[in-house]
Amino acid sequence: MTENVLINISLLILFLPLLGFVVTLLLGKKIKSIYLFEVTVLTATLILSILVAFFKLSYFIDSKIITEIEWFRLSDTISIKLGFLIDNITVLMLFVVALISALVHYFSIAYMKGDERYNRYFAYLGIFTFSMNGIVLTHNILMMYIFWELVGLSSYLLIGFWFEKKSASDAGKKAFIVNRVGDLGMFAGILILYLTYNTFSFDQIFNSIAAGKLPFNSDFWLSITGILLFMGAIGKSAQFPLHVWLPDAMEGPTPVSALIHAATMVAAGVYLTIRIFGLLTADAMMFIAIIGMLSAFIPATIALTQNDIKKVLAYSTVSQLGYMIMALGVGAYKFAFFHLVTHAFFKACLFLGSGSVIHAMHHEQDIRNMGGLRKKLPLTYATFLISSLAISGIPLTSGFLSKDGILASSYAFGSLTGYWIFPAVGFFVALLTAFYMFRLVIITFHGEPRDQHKYEHAKESPFVMAMPLAVLAILSVFIFYTPNPFNADQGWFFSKWINSPTLSAPNETRFDFMKSENVVPNNSTHGEITYSEVYTEAMHAAHFPAMILSLIMAITGILVAFVFYQWKKVNVEKLTNAVKPLYTFSLNKWYFDELYDKTFVAGTIGLSRLLGWFDLKIIDGAVNGAATLTRIFSSFIGAFDNIVVDGIVNLSAYMSGFIGLIFRRIQTGKVQTYLVLVIFSLIILLFLFKF
Amino acid sequence: MSEIGLNHFLVVSTLLFSMGIYAIVTRKNAIMVLMGVELILNSANINFIAFTRYGNFGLQGHLIALFVIVLAAAEAAIALAIVLNIYKTLATVNVDEVDSLKD
Repeated sequence: MTENVLINISLLILFLPLLGFVVTLLLGKKIKSIYLFEVTVLTATLILSILVAFFKLSYFIDSKIITEIEWFRLSDTISIKLGFLIDNITVLMLFVVALISALVHYFSIAYMKGDERYNRYFAYLGIFTFSMNGIVLTHNILMMYIFWELVGLSSYLLIGFWFEKKSASDAGKKAFIVNRVGDLGMFAGILILYLTYNTFSFDQIFNSIAAGKLPFNSDFWLSITGILLFMGAIGKSAQFPLHVWLPDAMEGPTPVSALIHAATMVAAGVYLTIRIFGLLTADAMMFIAIIGMLSAFIPATIALTQNDIKKVLAYSTVSQLGYMIMALGVGAYKFAFFHLVTHAFFKACLFLGSGSVIHAMHHEQDIRNMGGLRKKLPLTYATFLISSLAISGIPLTSGFLSKDGILASSYAFGSLTGYWIFPAVGFFVALLTAFYMFRLVIITFHGEPRDQHKYEHAKESPFVMAMPLAVLAILSVFIFYTPNPFNADQGWFFSKWINSPTLSAPNETRFDFMKSENVVPNNSTHGEITYSEVYTEAMHAAHFPAMILSLIMAITGILVAFVFYQWKKVNVEKLTNAVKPLYTFSLNKWYFDELYDKTFVAGTIGLSRLLGWFDLKIIDGAVNGAATLTRIFSSFIGAFDNIVVDGIVNLSAYMSGFIGLIFRRIQTGKVQTYLVLVIFSLIILLFLFKF
Repeated sequence: MSEIGLNHFLVVSTLLFSMGIYAIVTRKNAIMVLMGVELILNSANINFIAFTRYGNFGLQGHLIALFVIVLAAAEAAIALAIVLNIYKTLATVNVDEVDSLKD
């Protein structure tokens, strides 16, 4: 097993799903069971990515494998390269994507049964997995941008999969267009990077930054570049203020929501931010932390009042992604990635669980019509409960470890810089999360059935749907990440697999605690490995209080949910009436959609109308005027042609005819006449030459 | 009366030539035209002989004269055949009526 073998297997992992997509799409109409090919291919991808992860983490744990080939060359200086960057984060992410994708494939076999575009659905899953693997594997930001757009495309296709429904096709368009806004910024960032460093490759860019080369030679522009690149993450990870597309994306099939809009694609934004972490300055990180904080808080408050089971989960996804982004903003690089992984598993489990519920209830999504499903769907209930505990941050789950890590980091950040707002919001959101998740669990699974008819018909899902639920629920347990359920630092995840990032942003632009005065610079990587001592101490100090606080928050949230909905000690209706304005504000999602409709959408339509008017009146007028002018001019030219040019031509023809008429008299046809002419000419010539 | 010299021969040949031309141009009958042609050929023969006699060209003139006689015989045969054919087709031997080249 050498590095080359790893690279070749990675190539297979990348292209196998593409093969699945092409074959399934082309043969989908002819062969009814071609989806099995796609499922097989994904299984193979999963096995290969387990292999890669295993070998990378056991034999090449410290190496960063980079390979590249030239794609095309525009001149001696402009050469565009494709390549892979395989480090520990890459292989872990590959494994997460492949596992969840494969499980979603299995789940979909039963969930999508009977759909008229069954095979096409699997083909789309294939191209999504291909694009996602591309994002994960790439070593340069241009290739990442290409695959970034490809996941956007597959997300669009899958959200609008049931395009006969207007809401679904609208949601697809909304997701696509809202993502464009963020991608615009990302593209600008990529252009700045290329202008400055003449390369797209991450490590070369980092090396140049560490060597002191900055965009436009200023720290300010480095921050701007970081923020612009992060805009791509805002769009893709549905961060405030572009979070509006994700809840609408729930119009797509539920397994898709689990795969794309909960576990993997929306995490691509976090992954991007992880990849560019080295070039972020303190200002950019502050911006990221604020965006993450708002994205954690606002959707959490919205999720409190939603009644659609998938909408609650969607808002909780945005909120959890906000956590990850905030973690990156406060420098908790490792915990952000850790939360990405754990969240991917338990959120996929929650979504698939909701899919199982929806399937059992014959496409009923409103939790007010559910209730008591615990008895009918015991396995779904169990897995849903485990994942809910994980997302709420209850000990012995993976979510506790990662969320606690993020909260402790923000706490340490607060104590180091004085921005206590981040930990405060973080802890409050933890309370809200626990509350709305258990509100969902209780209303859906506990109590008495509210729709007796549908309840009677509900039955537990078949094996292919139950198995993924079980796998994902098991992966939400702490033991896969660390032997100590209260401290993730002792687990293999942190002690061996994930290192602190190499920072390359200039020292003076970093947060104080990230400066590298005390650390000997490592010349080969142009940076140092860890943050300062102060940070380590602050983290130690934060660990215990953060853990206790987050535990209190989670338990309070769960207890309140039980008091409200299970034991009904408090009359919820009375309470909502008491805070009616707040309740409607939350129920209507902070009126974001209405706000955007009134401003951006209406503005765009107004602008289009204006431009349309301009087109119709001014441009068309100019074009028509030009046409009229041309016509007049042409008629002049035509007249000139007819009279003058044709006149000359006809005149010369007439002249020729006239001359011919004269000279034809000479041609009598009598040989003797010719002979006389010849003789006379001869005599004349003789005289001429003689004298 | 001086001795007969080159000039006398040339005058005779010139007269013959002119008469030949005259015959060709003025006669309507194709046979007459042919006879004009014979006259021109013979005037040329006289020239050849005269120059051989008075010039210093060896026997070439004699030879060419003999050659011209042979040629004239061949020419007469072909020309008469043409005339016969013209008569067959157009029922005339008048050259001024043979003007189908005109249009």
